[in-house]
Amino acid sequence: MILQVEAVSKRFGGLQALTRVTFDLPEGQILGLIGPNGAGKTTLFNVINGVYPPDEGRVTFRGKDITGRKPYFLARQGLARSHQIVRPLNELSVRENVMVGSCFGRENQNLTIAARTADEVLEYIHLANRANQLASSLNIAEKKRLELARALASRPYLLLMDEVLAGLNPAEIATMVETIQRIREQGITIIMIEHVMHAVMKVSDRIIVLDYGQQIAEGTPEEITRNEKVIEAYLGDPKLADWLMKGNRQG
Amino acid sequence: MNAWRSPGIWLILLVVLVSSSWPLLTQKAATREVVFTVLLSVVLASSLNIILGYTGYVSFGHIVFFGLGGYIGLYTMSSLGASLYIALAAGGLSAALLAFLLGKAILRLRGAYFALATIGVNEAMRAFINNFQPFGGPIGISLNFNVYKAYGGAAQALWLTYYLLIALSIVSILLSYLVKSSKFGLGLMAIREDEDAAEVMGVITPNAKTWAYVLSAILPGMVGVLFYFKNGNIEPGDAFRLHFSVELLVMVMLGGYGTVLGPILGAVGYQRLRGFLLTSPLFKNIQLSVAGALLLLIILFIPAGAVGWLRNRFSPLRRLLP
Repeated sequence: MILQVEAVSKRFGGLQALTRVTFDLPEGQILGLIGPNGAGKTTLFNVINGVYPPDEGRVTFRGKDITGRKPYFLARQGLARSHQIVRPLNELSVRENVMVGSCFGRENQNLTIAARTADEVLEYIHLANRANQLASSLNIAEKKRLELARALASRPYLLLMDEVLAGLNPAEIATMVETIQRIREQGITIIMIEHVMHAVMKVSDRIIVLDYGQQIAEGTPEEITRNEKVIEAYLGDPKLADWLMKGNRQG
Repeated sequence: MNAWRSPGIWLILLVVLVSSSWPLLTQKAATREVVFTVLLSVVLASSLNIILGYTGYVSFGHIVFFGLGGYIGLYTMSSLGASLYIALAAGGLSAALLAFLLGKAILRLRGAYFALATIGVNEAMRAFINNFQPFGGPIGISLNFNVYKAYGGAAQALWLTYYLLIALSIVSILLSYLVKSSKFGLGLMAIREDEDAAEVMGVITPNAKTWAYVLSAILPGMVGVLFYFKNGNIEPGDAFRLHFSVELLVMVMLGGYGTVLGPILGAVGYQRLRGFLLTSPLFKNIQLSVAGALLLLIILFIPAGAVGWLRNRFSPLRRLLP
Protein backbone atom coordinates (compact mmCIF):
# COMPACT_ATOMS: atom_id res chain seq x y z
CA MET A 1 0.00 0.00 0.00
CA ILE A 2 1.42 3.34 -1.02
CA LEU A 3 -1.13 5.35 0.96
CA GLN A 4 -3.34 4.43 3.89
CA VAL A 5 -5.93 6.86 5.19
CA GLU A 6 -7.45 5.76 8.49
CA ALA A 7 -10.52 7.37 10.05
CA VAL A 8 -9.51 10.89 9.06
CA SER A 9 -11.83 13.65 10.34
CA LYS A 10 -11.61 17.40 9.90
CA ARG A 11 -13.85 20.15 11.24
CA PHE A 12 -13.94 23.82 10.33
CA GLY A 13 -15.85 25.52 13.11
CA GLY A 14 -19.39 24.16 12.84
CA LEU A 15 -18.77 22.40 9.55
CA GLN A 16 -17.79 18.74 9.60
CA ALA A 17 -15.73 18.66 6.42
CA LEU A 18 -14.56 15.04 6.69
CA THR A 19 -15.97 12.22 8.81
CA ARG A 20 -13.80 9.19 9.45
CA VAL A 21 -12.65 8.75 5.86
CA THR A 22 -10.78 5.47 5.45
CA PHE A 23 -9.20 3.87 2.41
CA ASP A 24 -6.09 2.07 1.20
CA LEU A 25 -4.42 2.76 -2.11
CA PRO A 26 -2.22 0.08 -3.72
CA GLU A 27 0.73 1.16 -5.82
CA GLY A 28 0.14 1.87 -9.52
CA GLN A 29 -3.61 2.40 -9.32
CA ILE A 30 -5.73 5.38 -10.24
CA LEU A 31 -8.26 6.27 -7.57
CA GLY A 32 -11.11 8.58 -8.57
CA LEU A 33 -12.57 10.86 -5.93
CA ILE A 34 -16.01 12.16 -6.82
CA GLY A 35 -18.90 13.85 -5.07
CA PRO A 36 -20.99 17.02 -5.13
CA ASN A 37 -19.43 20.45 -4.59
CA GLY A 38 -18.51 20.98 -0.97
CA ALA A 39 -18.33 17.26 -0.24
CA GLY A 40 -14.81 17.59 1.18
CA LYS A 41 -12.76 16.26 -1.72
CA THR A 42 -10.25 19.09 -1.79
CA THR A 43 -10.15 19.11 2.01
CA LEU A 44 -9.16 15.44 1.88
CA PHE A 45 -6.30 16.39 -0.46
CA ASN A 46 -5.29 19.18 1.87
CA VAL A 47 -5.15 16.76 4.78
CA ILE A 48 -3.18 14.16 2.81
CA ASN A 49 -0.56 16.60 1.60
CA GLY A 50 -0.25 18.43 4.87
CA VAL A 51 -1.90 21.78 4.18
CA TYR A 52 -4.09 21.13 7.24
CA PRO A 53 -3.48 18.57 9.95
CA PRO A 54 -6.49 16.28 10.47
CA ASP A 55 -8.42 16.56 13.75
CA GLU A 56 -8.45 12.78 14.07
CA GLY A 57 -7.10 9.83 12.19
CA ARG A 58 -3.87 8.82 10.58
CA VAL A 59 -2.29 9.08 7.14
CA THR A 60 0.48 6.65 6.21
CA PHE A 61 2.55 7.17 3.05
CA ARG A 62 4.90 4.39 1.94
CA GLY A 63 4.88 2.89 5.42
CA LYS A 64 5.64 6.18 7.19
CA ASP A 65 3.18 8.00 9.42
CA ILE A 66 2.86 11.44 7.80
CA THR A 67 -0.11 12.77 9.77
CA GLY A 68 0.27 16.53 10.23
CA ARG A 69 3.62 16.77 8.38
CA LYS A 70 4.18 19.94 6.35
CA PRO A 71 3.60 20.04 2.55
CA TYR A 72 7.31 20.67 1.83
CA PHE A 73 8.28 17.58 3.80
CA LEU A 74 5.78 15.47 1.86
CA ALA A 75 6.87 16.92 -1.49
CA ARG A 76 10.39 15.71 -0.74
CA GLN A 77 9.04 12.28 0.19
CA GLY A 78 7.51 11.93 -3.28
CA LEU A 79 3.98 13.24 -2.90
CA ALA A 80 3.07 15.80 -5.55
CA ARG A 81 -0.08 17.75 -6.16
CA SER A 82 -1.69 19.88 -8.82
CA HIS A 83 -4.17 22.53 -7.75
CA GLN A 84 -7.78 22.92 -8.76
CA ILE A 85 -7.37 26.67 -9.13
CA VAL A 86 -4.13 26.93 -11.07
CA ARG A 87 -1.27 28.59 -9.24
CA PRO A 88 1.37 29.46 -11.82
CA LEU A 89 4.43 31.38 -10.64
CA ASN A 90 3.53 34.24 -12.98
CA GLU A 91 6.75 36.19 -13.21
CA LEU A 92 8.87 33.09 -13.82
CA SER A 93 9.22 31.36 -17.16
CA VAL A 94 7.41 28.10 -17.82
CA ARG A 95 10.71 26.23 -17.61
CA GLU A 96 11.55 27.85 -14.27
CA ASN A 97 8.12 26.91 -12.95
CA VAL A 98 8.79 23.28 -13.74
CA MET A 99 12.34 23.52 -12.39
CA VAL A 100 10.95 24.52 -8.99
CA GLY A 101 9.16 21.18 -9.00
CA SER A 102 12.26 19.18 -9.87
CA CYS A 103 14.67 21.17 -7.67
CA PHE A 104 12.67 20.79 -4.50
CA GLY A 105 10.97 17.48 -5.22
CA ARG A 106 11.88 13.94 -4.28
CA GLU A 107 15.23 13.88 -6.07
CA ASN A 108 16.36 17.28 -4.82
CA GLN A 109 18.03 17.94 -8.16
CA ASN A 110 20.57 20.68 -8.79
CA LEU A 111 19.81 23.42 -11.31
CA THR A 112 21.57 21.79 -14.27
CA ILE A 113 19.78 18.47 -13.89
CA ALA A 114 16.53 20.22 -13.03
CA ALA A 115 16.66 22.20 -16.28
CA ARG A 116 17.08 18.94 -18.20
CA THR A 117 14.24 17.29 -16.28
CA ALA A 118 12.05 20.33 -16.92
CA ASP A 119 12.65 20.15 -20.66
CA GLU A 120 11.86 16.43 -20.71
CA VAL A 121 8.64 16.90 -18.77
CA LEU A 122 7.58 19.88 -20.89
CA GLU A 123 8.14 17.82 -24.02
CA TYR A 124 6.08 15.00 -22.55
CA ILE A 125 3.23 17.27 -21.55
CA HIS A 126 3.25 19.23 -24.86
CA LEU A 127 4.40 22.56 -23.48
CA ALA A 128 7.96 22.56 -24.82
CA ASN A 129 7.28 25.37 -27.28
CA ARG A 130 6.27 27.61 -24.39
CA ALA A 131 9.31 26.91 -22.18
CA ASN A 132 10.83 30.39 -22.37
CA GLN A 133 7.61 32.35 -21.98
CA LEU A 134 6.31 33.73 -18.72
CA ALA A 135 3.82 31.46 -16.99
CA SER A 136 1.33 34.33 -16.88
CA SER A 137 1.09 34.28 -20.69
CA LEU A 138 -0.36 30.75 -20.85
CA ASN A 139 -4.04 30.07 -21.47
CA ILE A 140 -6.09 28.05 -18.99
CA ALA A 141 -5.55 24.66 -20.63
CA GLU A 142 -1.82 25.29 -20.74
CA LYS A 143 -1.81 26.44 -17.13
CA LYS A 144 -3.49 23.18 -16.14
CA ARG A 145 -0.80 21.28 -18.01
CA LEU A 146 1.84 23.40 -16.30
CA GLU A 147 0.41 22.40 -12.91
CA LEU A 148 0.76 18.79 -13.95
CA ALA A 149 4.25 19.33 -15.36
CA ARG A 150 5.47 20.85 -12.11
CA ALA A 151 4.08 17.95 -10.15
CA LEU A 152 5.60 15.37 -12.52
CA ALA A 153 9.00 17.06 -12.52
CA SER A 154 9.33 16.27 -8.83
CA ARG A 155 9.39 12.55 -9.82
CA PRO A 156 6.64 11.64 -7.35
CA TYR A 157 5.45 8.23 -6.20
CA LEU A 158 1.94 9.56 -5.65
CA LEU A 159 0.24 12.35 -7.56
CA LEU A 160 -2.84 14.17 -6.30
CA MET A 161 -4.71 15.76 -9.21
CA ASP A 162 -7.43 18.23 -8.33
CA GLU A 163 -9.82 18.74 -11.27
CA VAL A 164 -7.24 18.90 -14.03
CA LEU A 165 -10.03 18.53 -16.62
CA ALA A 166 -12.27 21.33 -15.38
CA GLY A 167 -12.58 24.18 -17.85
CA LEU A 168 -11.10 22.23 -20.75
CA ASN A 169 -12.89 21.65 -24.06
CA PRO A 170 -13.60 18.07 -25.28
CA ALA A 171 -10.47 17.90 -27.44
CA GLU A 172 -8.29 19.13 -24.57
CA ILE A 173 -9.97 16.63 -22.24
CA ALA A 174 -9.14 13.79 -24.61
CA THR A 175 -5.47 14.87 -24.73
CA MET A 176 -5.33 15.18 -20.96
CA VAL A 177 -6.94 11.77 -20.38
CA GLU A 178 -4.34 10.23 -22.64
CA THR A 179 -1.61 12.05 -20.70
CA ILE A 180 -3.00 10.75 -17.41
CA GLN A 181 -2.89 7.20 -18.73
CA ARG A 182 0.70 7.64 -19.82
CA ILE A 183 1.60 8.97 -16.37
CA ARG A 184 0.13 5.83 -14.82
CA GLU A 185 2.19 3.70 -17.18
CA GLN A 186 5.29 5.29 -15.68
CA GLY A 187 4.29 3.63 -12.41
CA ILE A 188 3.01 6.75 -10.68
CA THR A 189 0.01 6.20 -8.43
CA ILE A 190 -2.73 8.78 -8.88
CA ILE A 191 -5.67 10.10 -6.91
CA MET A 192 -7.87 12.32 -9.02
CA ILE A 193 -10.74 14.57 -8.05
CA GLU A 194 -12.93 14.98 -11.09
CA HIS A 195 -16.38 16.12 -12.15
CA VAL A 196 -16.02 15.06 -15.78
CA MET A 197 -17.71 11.67 -15.23
CA HIS A 198 -16.98 9.85 -18.46
CA ALA A 199 -13.27 10.63 -18.06
CA VAL A 200 -13.01 9.60 -14.43
CA MET A 201 -15.01 6.40 -15.11
CA LYS A 202 -12.69 5.61 -17.98
CA VAL A 203 -9.34 5.95 -16.26
CA SER A 204 -10.05 5.03 -12.62
CA ASP A 205 -9.41 1.57 -11.23
CA ARG A 206 -11.47 2.39 -8.19
CA ILE A 207 -13.71 5.25 -7.14
CA ILE A 208 -14.61 6.74 -3.78
CA VAL A 209 -17.69 8.92 -3.45
CA LEU A 210 -17.82 11.62 -0.78
CA ASP A 211 -20.97 13.45 0.28
CA TYR A 212 -21.01 15.96 3.14
CA GLY A 213 -17.66 14.61 4.28
CA GLN A 214 -18.96 11.04 4.48
CA GLN A 215 -17.63 8.24 2.38
CA ILE A 216 -20.91 6.98 0.88
CA ALA A 217 -19.54 4.46 -1.58
CA GLU A 218 -16.39 2.80 -2.81
CA GLY A 219 -15.82 0.39 -5.67
CA THR A 220 -15.07 -0.10 -9.33
CA PRO A 221 -16.60 2.38 -11.80
CA GLU A 222 -19.30 -0.22 -12.70
CA GLU A 223 -20.28 -0.69 -9.06
CA ILE A 224 -20.38 3.04 -8.43
CA THR A 225 -22.73 3.82 -11.32
CA ARG A 226 -25.16 1.18 -10.04
CA ASN A 227 -24.97 2.27 -6.42
CA GLU A 228 -28.31 3.78 -5.37
CA LYS A 229 -26.84 6.08 -2.74
CA VAL A 230 -24.49 7.56 -5.31
CA ILE A 231 -27.24 8.03 -7.84
CA GLU A 232 -29.34 9.81 -5.24
CA ALA A 233 -26.57 12.03 -3.88
CA TYR A 234 -24.63 12.83 -6.99
CA LEU A 235 -25.38 11.29 -10.35
CA GLY A 236 -29.11 11.97 -10.11
CA ASP A 237 -30.81 10.03 -12.86
CA PRO A 238 -30.22 6.21 -12.98
CA LYS A 239 -30.48 6.36 -16.77
CA LEU A 240 -27.70 8.89 -16.76
CA ALA A 241 -25.59 6.37 -14.91
CA ASP A 242 -26.27 3.77 -17.61
CA TRP A 243 -25.47 6.29 -20.27
CA LEU A 244 -22.21 7.09 -18.54
CA MET A 245 -21.19 3.46 -18.49
CA LYS A 246 -21.99 3.12 -22.18
CA GLY A 247 -20.01 6.26 -22.91
CA ASN A 248 -17.26 4.67 -20.93
CA ARG A 249 -17.22 1.51 -23.11
CA GLN A 250 -17.33 3.47 -26.32
CA GLY A 251 -14.64 5.87 -25.22
CA MET B 1 24.52 26.71 -13.17
CA ASN B 2 26.30 28.74 -15.84
CA ALA B 3 26.42 31.61 -13.39
CA TRP B 4 29.87 32.80 -14.44
CA ARG B 5 29.21 32.67 -18.16
CA SER B 6 26.67 35.49 -18.16
CA PRO B 7 28.23 38.60 -19.72
CA GLY B 8 25.81 40.87 -17.86
CA ILE B 9 27.30 40.41 -14.41
CA TRP B 10 30.89 41.01 -15.61
CA LEU B 11 29.78 44.18 -17.31
CA ILE B 12 28.07 45.43 -14.16
CA LEU B 13 31.12 44.67 -12.02
CA LEU B 14 33.43 46.36 -14.52
CA VAL B 15 31.33 49.53 -14.66
CA VAL B 16 31.09 49.69 -10.86
CA LEU B 17 34.84 49.16 -10.46
CA VAL B 18 35.82 51.72 -13.08
CA SER B 19 33.46 54.40 -11.86
CA SER B 20 34.39 53.87 -8.23
CA SER B 21 38.12 54.09 -8.96
CA TRP B 22 37.65 57.52 -10.51
CA PRO B 23 38.18 59.31 -7.15
CA LEU B 24 41.34 57.22 -6.64
CA LEU B 25 42.84 58.70 -9.80
CA THR B 26 41.85 62.28 -9.14
CA GLN B 27 42.51 61.99 -5.39
CA LYS B 28 39.74 64.53 -4.80
CA ALA B 29 37.90 64.19 -1.49
CA ALA B 30 34.75 65.81 -2.86
CA THR B 31 34.21 63.28 -5.66
CA ARG B 32 35.08 60.52 -3.21
CA GLU B 33 32.29 61.65 -0.90
CA VAL B 34 29.76 61.66 -3.73
CA VAL B 35 30.74 58.18 -4.87
CA PHE B 36 30.83 56.99 -1.25
CA THR B 37 27.17 57.92 -0.80
CA VAL B 38 26.22 56.21 -4.05
CA LEU B 39 28.12 53.01 -3.24
CA LEU B 40 26.58 52.93 0.21
CA SER B 41 23.15 53.05 -1.42
CA VAL B 42 24.16 50.34 -3.88
CA VAL B 43 25.07 47.99 -1.05
CA LEU B 44 21.93 48.75 0.95
CA ALA B 45 19.57 48.57 -2.04
CA SER B 46 21.11 45.36 -3.41
CA SER B 47 20.83 43.76 0.01
CA LEU B 48 17.25 44.90 0.53
CA ASN B 49 16.46 43.47 -2.90
CA ILE B 50 17.21 39.93 -1.66
CA ILE B 51 14.29 40.00 0.77
CA LEU B 52 12.11 42.52 -1.11
CA GLY B 53 12.75 41.71 -4.76
CA TYR B 54 13.56 37.99 -4.72
CA THR B 55 11.44 36.82 -1.79
CA GLY B 56 8.62 39.36 -2.06
CA TYR B 57 8.64 40.50 1.57
CA VAL B 58 8.55 44.28 2.00
CA SER B 59 10.97 45.25 4.75
CA PHE B 60 10.14 48.82 5.70
CA GLY B 61 12.61 48.99 8.55
CA HIS B 62 15.68 47.64 6.83
CA ILE B 63 17.80 50.48 8.12
CA VAL B 64 17.69 48.84 11.56
CA PHE B 65 20.50 46.53 10.41
CA PHE B 66 22.58 49.50 9.25
CA GLY B 67 22.09 51.29 12.57
CA LEU B 68 22.68 48.23 14.70
CA GLY B 69 25.85 47.39 12.75
CA GLY B 70 27.07 50.94 13.28
CA TYR B 71 26.43 50.77 17.01
CA ILE B 72 28.06 47.38 17.48
CA GLY B 73 31.03 48.46 15.36
CA LEU B 74 31.64 51.70 17.22
CA TYR B 75 31.15 50.00 20.56
CA THR B 76 33.73 47.29 19.79
CA MET B 77 36.19 49.94 18.60
CA SER B 78 35.75 52.53 21.33
CA SER B 79 35.05 50.37 24.39
CA LEU B 80 36.77 47.10 23.51
CA GLY B 81 39.61 48.63 21.52
CA ALA B 82 39.12 46.31 18.56
CA SER B 83 40.37 47.10 15.05
CA LEU B 84 38.12 48.27 12.24
CA TYR B 85 38.23 44.83 10.64
CA ILE B 86 37.02 43.08 13.76
CA ALA B 87 34.39 45.78 14.16
CA LEU B 88 33.22 45.13 10.59
CA ALA B 89 32.86 41.43 11.28
CA ALA B 90 31.05 42.15 14.56
CA GLY B 91 28.66 44.57 12.84
CA GLY B 92 27.85 42.07 10.09
CA LEU B 93 27.40 39.21 12.52
CA SER B 94 25.15 41.15 14.88
CA ALA B 95 22.93 42.26 11.99
CA ALA B 96 22.79 38.66 10.77
CA LEU B 97 21.90 37.41 14.24
CA LEU B 98 19.15 40.00 14.63
CA ALA B 99 17.76 39.04 11.21
CA PHE B 100 17.87 35.37 12.13
CA LEU B 101 15.94 35.89 15.37
CA LEU B 102 13.48 38.28 13.70
CA GLY B 103 13.09 35.87 10.82
CA LYS B 104 12.01 33.12 13.16
CA ALA B 105 9.53 35.51 14.81
CA ILE B 106 8.02 37.79 12.16
CA LEU B 107 8.57 36.11 8.79
CA ARG B 108 5.48 34.01 9.37
CA LEU B 109 3.53 37.23 8.90
CA ARG B 110 2.60 37.96 5.33
CA GLY B 111 2.11 41.09 3.24
CA ALA B 112 1.29 44.29 5.07
CA TYR B 113 1.63 42.65 8.48
CA PHE B 114 5.27 41.83 7.88
CA ALA B 115 5.93 45.36 6.62
CA LEU B 116 4.30 46.82 9.75
CA ALA B 117 6.27 44.51 11.99
CA THR B 118 9.57 45.64 10.45
CA ILE B 119 8.67 49.27 11.20
CA GLY B 120 7.89 48.21 14.76
CA VAL B 121 11.26 46.50 15.07
CA ASN B 122 13.08 49.63 13.90
CA GLU B 123 11.22 51.85 16.36
CA ALA B 124 11.66 49.38 19.20
CA MET B 125 15.40 49.22 18.51
CA ARG B 126 15.63 53.00 18.56
CA ALA B 127 13.77 53.20 21.87
CA PHE B 128 15.90 50.43 23.35
CA ILE B 129 19.23 52.00 22.35
CA ASN B 130 18.00 55.37 23.58
CA ASN B 131 17.82 53.83 27.04
CA PHE B 132 20.78 51.48 26.85
CA GLN B 133 23.63 53.05 28.84
CA PRO B 134 26.57 50.96 27.49
CA PHE B 135 25.76 52.47 24.06
CA GLY B 136 25.60 55.96 25.53
CA GLY B 137 21.81 56.23 25.69
CA PRO B 138 20.47 59.29 23.88
CA ILE B 139 23.98 60.77 23.49
CA GLY B 140 25.30 57.81 21.53
CA ILE B 141 28.94 56.85 20.99
CA SER B 142 31.73 59.10 19.77
CA LEU B 143 35.02 57.71 18.55
CA ASN B 144 38.12 59.12 20.16
CA PHE B 145 40.29 60.80 17.55
CA ASN B 146 43.18 58.50 18.52
CA VAL B 147 41.35 55.57 16.97
CA TYR B 148 42.15 56.91 13.49
CA LYS B 149 45.90 57.03 14.26
CA ALA B 150 46.14 53.27 13.81
CA TYR B 151 45.13 53.81 10.17
CA GLY B 152 47.58 56.61 9.44
CA GLY B 153 45.49 59.54 10.60
CA ALA B 154 41.96 60.70 9.86
CA ALA B 155 42.58 61.57 6.20
CA GLN B 156 44.06 58.13 5.45
CA ALA B 157 41.29 56.43 7.42
CA LEU B 158 38.72 58.06 5.17
CA TRP B 159 40.44 56.62 2.11
CA LEU B 160 40.60 53.24 3.81
CA THR B 161 36.85 53.25 4.43
CA TYR B 162 36.39 54.10 0.80
CA TYR B 163 38.47 51.11 -0.38
CA LEU B 164 36.58 48.85 1.97
CA LEU B 165 33.27 50.18 0.71
CA ILE B 166 34.26 49.43 -2.88
CA ALA B 167 35.08 45.88 -1.81
CA LEU B 168 31.75 45.51 0.00
CA SER B 169 29.88 46.88 -3.04
CA ILE B 170 31.46 44.21 -5.22
CA VAL B 171 30.57 41.59 -2.63
CA SER B 172 26.97 42.83 -2.44
CA ILE B 173 26.55 42.70 -6.22
CA LEU B 174 28.10 39.24 -6.40
CA LEU B 175 25.93 38.04 -3.54
CA SER B 176 22.82 39.43 -5.18
CA TYR B 177 23.76 37.73 -8.45
CA LEU B 178 24.72 34.40 -6.91
CA VAL B 179 21.52 34.23 -4.89
CA LYS B 180 19.48 35.05 -7.97
CA SER B 181 21.12 32.41 -10.16
CA SER B 182 21.12 29.66 -7.52
CA LYS B 183 18.64 26.98 -6.59
CA PHE B 184 18.11 28.80 -3.30
CA GLY B 185 17.14 31.89 -5.29
CA LEU B 186 14.72 29.91 -7.43
CA GLY B 187 13.03 28.82 -4.21
CA LEU B 188 12.86 32.43 -3.03
CA MET B 189 11.26 33.56 -6.27
CA ALA B 190 8.74 30.72 -6.01
CA ILE B 191 7.87 32.07 -2.54
CA ARG B 192 7.48 35.56 -3.99
CA GLU B 193 5.08 34.37 -6.66
CA ASP B 194 2.96 32.04 -4.51
CA GLU B 195 4.12 30.98 -1.10
CA ASP B 196 1.57 28.19 -0.64
CA ALA B 197 2.30 26.72 -4.04
CA ALA B 198 6.04 26.88 -3.27
CA GLU B 199 5.44 24.91 -0.08
CA VAL B 200 3.47 22.26 -1.92
CA MET B 201 6.35 21.95 -4.41
CA GLY B 202 8.79 21.28 -1.59
CA VAL B 203 10.40 24.65 -0.86
CA ILE B 204 11.08 24.68 2.89
CA THR B 205 9.65 28.17 3.16
CA PRO B 206 10.43 29.01 6.83
CA ASN B 207 14.13 28.23 6.36
CA ALA B 208 14.41 29.84 2.94
CA LYS B 209 12.81 33.07 4.14
CA THR B 210 14.98 33.24 7.26
CA TRP B 211 18.21 32.77 5.29
CA ALA B 212 17.12 35.33 2.72
CA TYR B 213 16.52 37.80 5.54
CA VAL B 214 19.91 37.01 7.09
CA LEU B 215 21.69 37.46 3.74
CA SER B 216 19.93 40.76 3.23
CA ALA B 217 21.06 41.98 6.67
CA ILE B 218 24.78 41.13 6.80
CA LEU B 219 26.11 43.75 4.37
CA PRO B 220 23.92 46.60 5.69
CA GLY B 221 25.36 45.77 9.14
CA MET B 222 28.91 45.96 7.75
CA VAL B 223 28.49 49.20 5.82
CA GLY B 224 26.86 50.63 8.96
CA VAL B 225 30.21 50.13 10.70
CA LEU B 226 32.06 51.82 7.82
CA PHE B 227 29.67 54.76 7.66
CA TYR B 228 29.73 55.52 11.38
CA PHE B 229 33.47 54.88 11.64
CA LYS B 230 33.92 57.55 9.01
CA ASN B 231 31.34 59.76 10.72
CA GLY B 232 33.04 59.44 14.12
CA ASN B 233 29.87 59.31 16.14
CA ILE B 234 26.47 57.65 16.22
CA GLU B 235 23.19 58.65 17.88
CA PRO B 236 19.91 56.75 18.16
CA GLY B 237 17.90 59.40 16.28
CA ASP B 238 20.36 59.29 13.41
CA ALA B 239 20.98 55.58 13.20
CA PHE B 240 17.39 54.41 12.86
CA ARG B 241 15.84 56.99 10.57
CA LEU B 242 12.75 55.42 9.07
CA HIS B 243 12.75 57.70 6.02
CA PHE B 244 16.09 56.26 4.97
CA SER B 245 14.40 52.84 4.78
CA VAL B 246 11.74 54.33 2.56
CA GLU B 247 14.39 55.88 0.32
CA LEU B 248 15.92 52.42 -0.07
CA LEU B 249 12.54 51.08 -1.17
CA VAL B 250 12.32 53.87 -3.74
CA MET B 251 15.76 52.91 -5.10
CA VAL B 252 14.85 49.23 -5.47
CA MET B 253 11.48 49.98 -7.04
CA LEU B 254 12.93 52.65 -9.34
CA GLY B 255 15.59 50.38 -10.77
CA GLY B 256 13.49 47.23 -10.82
CA TYR B 257 12.92 44.81 -7.95
CA GLY B 258 13.99 41.22 -8.35
CA THR B 259 16.84 42.00 -10.77
CA VAL B 260 20.55 42.34 -10.02
CA LEU B 261 21.03 45.48 -12.06
CA GLY B 262 17.85 47.22 -10.89
CA PRO B 263 18.85 48.20 -7.34
CA ILE B 264 22.26 49.39 -8.59
CA LEU B 265 20.71 51.62 -11.24
CA GLY B 266 18.05 52.71 -8.78
CA ALA B 267 20.64 53.66 -6.17
CA VAL B 268 22.70 55.67 -8.65
CA GLY B 269 19.64 57.32 -10.18
CA TYR B 270 18.05 58.17 -6.86
CA GLN B 271 21.24 59.60 -5.38
CA ARG B 272 21.79 61.74 -8.47
CA LEU B 273 18.23 63.01 -8.19
CA ARG B 274 18.61 63.62 -4.48
CA GLY B 275 21.83 65.53 -5.02
CA PHE B 276 20.07 67.71 -7.55
CA LEU B 277 17.04 68.30 -5.33
CA LEU B 278 19.11 69.12 -2.26
CA THR B 279 21.02 71.81 -4.08
CA SER B 280 18.05 73.33 -5.86
CA PRO B 281 16.49 76.20 -3.92
CA LEU B 282 12.99 75.12 -4.94
CA PHE B 283 13.14 71.50 -3.77
CA LYS B 284 15.70 71.42 -0.99
CA ASN B 285 13.10 71.36 1.78
CA ILE B 286 10.75 68.94 0.14
CA GLN B 287 13.16 66.39 -1.33
CA LEU B 288 11.54 63.57 0.67
CA SER B 289 8.11 64.45 -0.72
CA VAL B 290 9.59 64.09 -4.17
CA ALA B 291 10.86 60.64 -3.18
CA GLY B 292 7.37 59.71 -1.97
CA ALA B 293 5.72 60.99 -5.13
CA LEU B 294 8.28 59.10 -7.20
CA LEU B 295 7.50 55.84 -5.36
CA LEU B 296 3.80 56.36 -5.97
CA LEU B 297 4.33 57.01 -9.68
CA ILE B 298 6.56 53.95 -10.09
CA ILE B 299 4.08 51.65 -8.38
CA LEU B 300 1.20 53.04 -10.43
CA PHE B 301 2.83 53.12 -13.85
CA ILE B 302 5.97 50.98 -14.00
CA PRO B 303 5.70 48.54 -11.10
CA ALA B 304 8.53 46.45 -12.59
CA GLY B 305 10.95 49.40 -12.41
CA ALA B 306 13.35 50.53 -15.12
CA VAL B 307 15.16 47.22 -15.63
CA GLY B 308 11.97 45.19 -15.31
CA TRP B 309 10.27 47.42 -17.87
CA LEU B 310 13.15 46.98 -20.33
CA ARG B 311 13.16 43.22 -19.82
CA ASN B 312 9.43 42.99 -20.39
CA ARG B 313 9.58 45.23 -23.43
CA PHE B 314 12.49 43.53 -25.17
CA SER B 315 12.47 39.89 -24.22
CA PRO B 316 16.02 39.13 -25.51
CA LEU B 317 17.25 41.40 -22.69
CA ARG B 318 15.86 38.89 -20.23
CA ARG B 319 19.01 36.82 -20.61
CA LEU B 320 21.41 39.75 -20.87
CA LEU B 321 20.26 41.78 -17.88
CA PRO B 322 20.56 39.71 -14.74
